[in-house]
Amino acid sequence: MIEANTPLLRMVRYFWPMVVLCIGLLIIVAAVDSTGDIILAQTLTEGLVRMVMVVALYMFIGNSGIISFGHIAFVLIGAYATAWQTCCPYTRDMFMPGLPTYLLNNSHHVVLAVFLAGLLAAFVALIAGFAIMRLSGIAASIGTFAFFMALYAAYGRWSTWTSGGSTVSPMEETTTPWSALAYAVVTIVAAFFYARSRWGLALRATRDDEIASKAAGVNVFGQRLLSFVITAFFCGMAGGLYAHFVAAITVDSFYLKMVFITLSMLVVGGMQSLTGAVVGVVALSVVIDVLRRLEAGIGSFSLPTSSAEVGVGLIMLLILLFRPSGITGNAEIYWPFKGDISSSGAMKRQS
Amino acid sequence: MDYAIQTIISALSLGSFYALGALGIGLLFSVLRLINFAHGDFITVGAYALIVPSSAVTATLLIGDFHPALLVLCIVGIVVMLAILSYFVVFQHAQKSSPATMMIISFALGYTLQNIIVMIYGGRPKAAGIWSDLTGQVQISSGVSVQLLQLVTIAVTWILLIALVLFLKRTRVGIQMRAAAEDFRMARMLGVNGKNVIALAFILSGGLAGIMSLLFVTQTGVLKFSMGVPIMLFFFIATVIGGMGSLVGSVVGGYSVGIVSVILSAILPEELRGFRDTCVFILVIIVLLARPQGLVLTKAAKERV
Repeated sequence: MIEANTPLLRMVRYFWPMVVLCIGLLIIVAAVDSTGDIILAQTLTEGLVRMVMVVALYMFIGNSGIISFGHIAFVLIGAYATAWQTCCPYTRDMFMPGLPTYLLNNSHHVVLAVFLAGLLAAFVALIAGFAIMRLSGIAASIGTFAFFMALYAAYGRWSTWTSGGSTVSPMEETTTPWSALAYAVVTIVAAFFYARSRWGLALRATRDDEIASKAAGVNVFGQRLLSFVITAFFCGMAGGLYAHFVAAITVDSFYLKMVFITLSMLVVGGMQSLTGAVVGVVALSVVIDVLRRLEAGIGSFSLPTSSAEVGVGLIMLLILLFRPSGITGNAEIYWPFKGDISSSGAMKRQS
Repeated sequence: MDYAIQTIISALSLGSFYALGALGIGLLFSVLRLINFAHGDFITVGAYALIVPSSAVTATLLIGDFHPALLVLCIVGIVVMLAILSYFVVFQHAQKSSPATMMIISFALGYTLQNIIVMIYGGRPKAAGIWSDLTGQVQISSGVSVQLLQLVTIAVTWILLIALVLFLKRTRVGIQMRAAAEDFRMARMLGVNGKNVIALAFILSGGLAGIMSLLFVTQTGVLKFSMGVPIMLFFFIATVIGGMGSLVGSVVGGYSVGIVSVILSAILPEELRGFRDTCVFILVIIVLLARPQGLVLTKAAKERV
């Protein structure tokens, strides 16, 4: 029997879901690292980069209730902003001749570049959100989608800065499982604290009842905009990490497929819980990886091409139709020991 | 002047195409509040049906070689069946979800359909020319020649529009459908069978998609698994701009987007022409903000959007 009311234990209990998720990821990374399997490590890195995107998506969608199709636009912005600072120092003026002189002649360290890329994405989110976050419900979702398409079309044509649809490469492959883990953990911690901050609480109030929250003095537009900007920052950083993971980026790598995969991961896990976001990424990454291996063939048995995509699509449909609250049912990880519930309001189901 | 006439005809033809597509989406939105992202993929399936069952690298036409009347019937039938199936297997179970969730569901359905096509036919584009006579030019007066297909597209669109209007105004089920679009719950209370109305909307929407797949393949002569996505995006824009849930709005939206696109291509300076799509999408956001019910008002629009 564990005594629930010592201050230390109360603290552990308060942070329990976050701690469990981070330790779980740490164990996965350490386990994969110890096998030395390079292919597995790549899958893991990709999964962790997506984790940053999906947890950021959760921070927005889970708290605001607005389904955003637009966050991949920030990943796109972040990826190119990172490339402007770090990519190919000797041939940069060939790929992207329109860059300002400072960027053409200077390279930043990757960590700084990724951070600045996040800031740029947040800045764009501030401007775009100033218009889009005034909308509600389905109109807001459509607005984020239109924003994404507008930005995608613009980056595809903006050849002096983005090399217009052709590949920008090479970048150093600095995103390893461990560095991606660091960003994923930072994002999870941020998402945890955001959801429990007064802003997160206010935003969830607007999600549950927009009119009542307005009456209670919540600035709906302001809270949504704040969330949009914060999550854009993390998506921007994820874009930088992604660029340094695949080492060569084109505008097309950030198109509807990426929107779909990240949204699926969130939906499959459970849109309104942090645990759901993390579990969704892990579950779908495993499924995709297994199906890909079966496509390549084991022995004489192999699945037809694009089985992985069809599999993801079907899983997504089944979950959406029959368990719309996802694998986790929108709940966080519970404190597994008996004890006083009253001190752990945050641990209860949020939905 | 000749150039102006040619531009007007291509604008009208593009607008007609978008109007048909927007109508297919608007029909479903009006009764189910579903923005069907799989609509473009219905069109893709209709196009691939031309070469069933051949999955060889150079496709041979089977249905595509039928007599034109039979061909239209077969393709429309196949797409209608797909649409009906998608209602009974997928969307029927999602009727109580929020519109945004249904949007994701249709997204997932489209993604699955696309990848099933890749699974069967591979990801490479295939040539599949039908009715190549239609792509020729015709002289309509001295100095003005336009593609025959553009005139056909405009004609087909108006025939379908008139047929649809007659259907909705004159038949019993058509009137039920309009009632359901106005106020679904009230219509059900007054004895309209909601399930039938929605199934009918899927049939009409699938039929439109089948005809559009023929128009589209005749135009391009190429099959690709992702061919439905870019046109779908424009239908979607047209529906939003015209006013979701309003069928007149869908048509107005389709024509506006088609005409604005052609005009922008004609008047934008060379260096900005590439950003035409960006301009169109920004226009969508502006319309959402300034006139969230779209260009054409419906009575029920206020709560719907």
